[in-house]
Amino acid sequence: MRQKFHQVIEAIDDRTGLHTGLRKFLYEEIPASSGWHQVFGSVALFLILIQFFTGMILAFNYAPTPGEAYNSLRYILTEVTAGRLMRGLHHWGASMIIVVVVLHMVQVFLWGAYKKPREGTWIAGVVLLLLTLAYGLTGYLLPWDNRAYWGTVVTTQIGATVPLAGPYVTQLLASAGGIGAVTFARFFALHVLLLPPATLLLIALHVYLVRRHGVAPALEDELKPKKSFYPEQVFKDTVAVFIAFAILFIMAIAVRVPLERVADPTDTSYIPRPEWYFLFLFQTLKVFEGPLEVVGTVVLPTLAILALIAAPFIDRSRLVRVRQRTLAIGIVVLAGLGWAGLTAAAIRSTPPQTAAALIDFSGPTQWMQLTPAQLNGVGFYRQEKCGECHNVTGGTPKQGPNLLGAARRHDDAWLIAHFKQPSGAAMPPVHLTDAQLKDLVALIKVMTPDNGDVIDTAPDFAVEGAMLYQKSFCGGCHAVNGEGGKMGPALNGLATRRTEAWVVEHFENPRKMSPGTPMPAYPFARPDMQNMVSYLFTLPDKAP
Amino acid sequence: MSDHFPSATNSVETAGYTRRSWHLAAIYVLGAIMGLALAIPTILYLFIPPRQRRRSQWIDAGDVSQLTPGSPVEMSFQEGRIDGWRVITEKKTAWVVKEANNQIVAFGPQCTHLGCAYHWDNGSKKFACPCHSSFFSIEGQVLAGPAPRPLDRYATRIENNRLQIGQLKRSASA
Repeated sequence: MRQKFHQVIEAIDDRTGLHTGLRKFLYEEIPASSGWHQVFGSVALFLILIQFFTGMILAFNYAPTPGEAYNSLRYILTEVTAGRLMRGLHHWGASMIIVVVVLHMVQVFLWGAYKKPREGTWIAGVVLLLLTLAYGLTGYLLPWDNRAYWGTVVTTQIGATVPLAGPYVTQLLASAGGIGAVTFARFFALHVLLLPPATLLLIALHVYLVRRHGVAPALEDELKPKKSFYPEQVFKDTVAVFIAFAILFIMAIAVRVPLERVADPTDTSYIPRPEWYFLFLFQTLKVFEGPLEVVGTVVLPTLAILALIAAPFIDRSRLVRVRQRTLAIGIVVLAGLGWAGLTAAAIRSTPPQTAAALIDFSGPTQWMQLTPAQLNGVGFYRQEKCGECHNVTGGTPKQGPNLLGAARRHDDAWLIAHFKQPSGAAMPPVHLTDAQLKDLVALIKVMTPDNGDVIDTAPDFAVEGAMLYQKSFCGGCHAVNGEGGKMGPALNGLATRRTEAWVVEHFENPRKMSPGTPMPAYPFARPDMQNMVSYLFTLPDKAP
Repeated sequence: MSDHFPSATNSVETAGYTRRSWHLAAIYVLGAIMGLALAIPTILYLFIPPRQRRRSQWIDAGDVSQLTPGSPVEMSFQEGRIDGWRVITEKKTAWVVKEANNQIVAFGPQCTHLGCAYHWDNGSKKFACPCHSSFFSIEGQVLAGPAPRPLDRYATRIENNRLQIGQLKRSASA
């Protein structure tokens, strides 16, 4: 058996040279000092392959046009088996590559591994870092939610400020008149058609150069015998790859990546924010204002890239031990501190995103279709703990009857009378006013097996907001989801017309904000006001 | 596969050899775990049909109070069909008949032979398919031609004199 196997391998090798090639690749000699500090390159390569794979898998169910992109991603997240996992791997993999690539560069920098004759390897690596960032920028738009849209608005506007090249960047990204179908197509093409082959080519060059010059030796290596890359270093690389993969996999399962509201160019309340690894640049932009803006957007990043490329030409000192490279260590520490400081400042100084903006549209959103009365009913349902004895959708049978069945059998009047004086002995009377009971009945009547989960999924702020809305009789003048008065404007689509701050001020002083309005002032207390405004901002743009 | 590679260090010491096999085993096991962790979700992703969104079962097709027994009417209605992440609204038709006992029947609009659109021939009082001359009675039974089974019927119900149409059910072979 083993004999046969060898013969087959040899026969294939005679014709293709695959086996000899693989052997040559694996039995590369590496310096005795090689070890755990050199695993990052392999991990980065592995993560890039994971990105290629998960990206391709996502594309199997993805429509790369605005609007459809959002719907198809939502389909991947909510209907396709393992779709959320694949998206999680792709999303967190992107962040992880940045971390690992930076660690790889820091290692090479600290050990002085970029020194002559390895300048070319280093420069190819710097270009690969830039490509990685380009993936991040172009991929950011592809979910086509508000976060994607507004983040990209900022990106393209920064591109437009580049001296001389600005108009050409705008032309290339088709972003002169805002971000639309053409911009989207360009970003998609860059992300999946241009960048991957470019990356592969540069990785090939990078690895070829590593092999050509050999793994950089340390000072003490001269007297020691060389080691083999396989299997000892491959073992270390595999362990590192495995740890990275395990972290990535756990994050993809445990940390949910939300899908925000579909991209809305008219949304005036959205606060754009870049991905975490761009926050430090975002913060630098705040320092340079007016005519100096270009310093933050173009000059400093360009200088930083040039400094990286120039590093091996500036540092021409002879090889010393890592611990003696105090200047290099100092530079890395300073850069790390600077990055951390800017990032922390950016996080601190950005106002928190509103509750309405943070709703995950890849989760249940049926509650948004409810009228304020029905949502008020959800509030009373929870307050009166109806769920302790009754089911709505399936689940283990409870003491009381399933409410969907009850709602079909009885009319509103019967239900209200029953709540006040239950016919069965087991149920205690519900102590609510007639108006409140009416809302509870309105909820029970609208529930179906499809939307019964609103009881559990409606967020607290929306329920509280709706309860306040009912208590304040807003529905006397305003309509929400097709129900309510016509004297005031309908409130669906409020988010596209006004900012949250405007609405808050309007509640407190209506005549100041819209002169001549008959609306009285509603100076709600702060948490109430926040709930109310957040609730109004989650209403669908059009009444269903 | 690797054990017939020549030992690179030329070391024949047992300690070195054990260490080497341990490294090889770890490489293969960790590699296999990662391969499975990717392969299994990929297979699920590609081969498990997506979860179906539920949608309303009954589609309003129109008023049937004016129908008279013995004269079928072609009625059209809009059906929302789920196509991946889209809901496509399609125009569909049904031949609606009021039977002698005032029951309403809605036939699928395709001949059961090869799917041609048939029509009601008022002269001969038959459903006639132009493609291969299949004929059906007003009850949908095959009278002549190659059609293998009676006309398919939609599930129907009447609410306030309006016909509501449900699933198209394949008729049993005659």
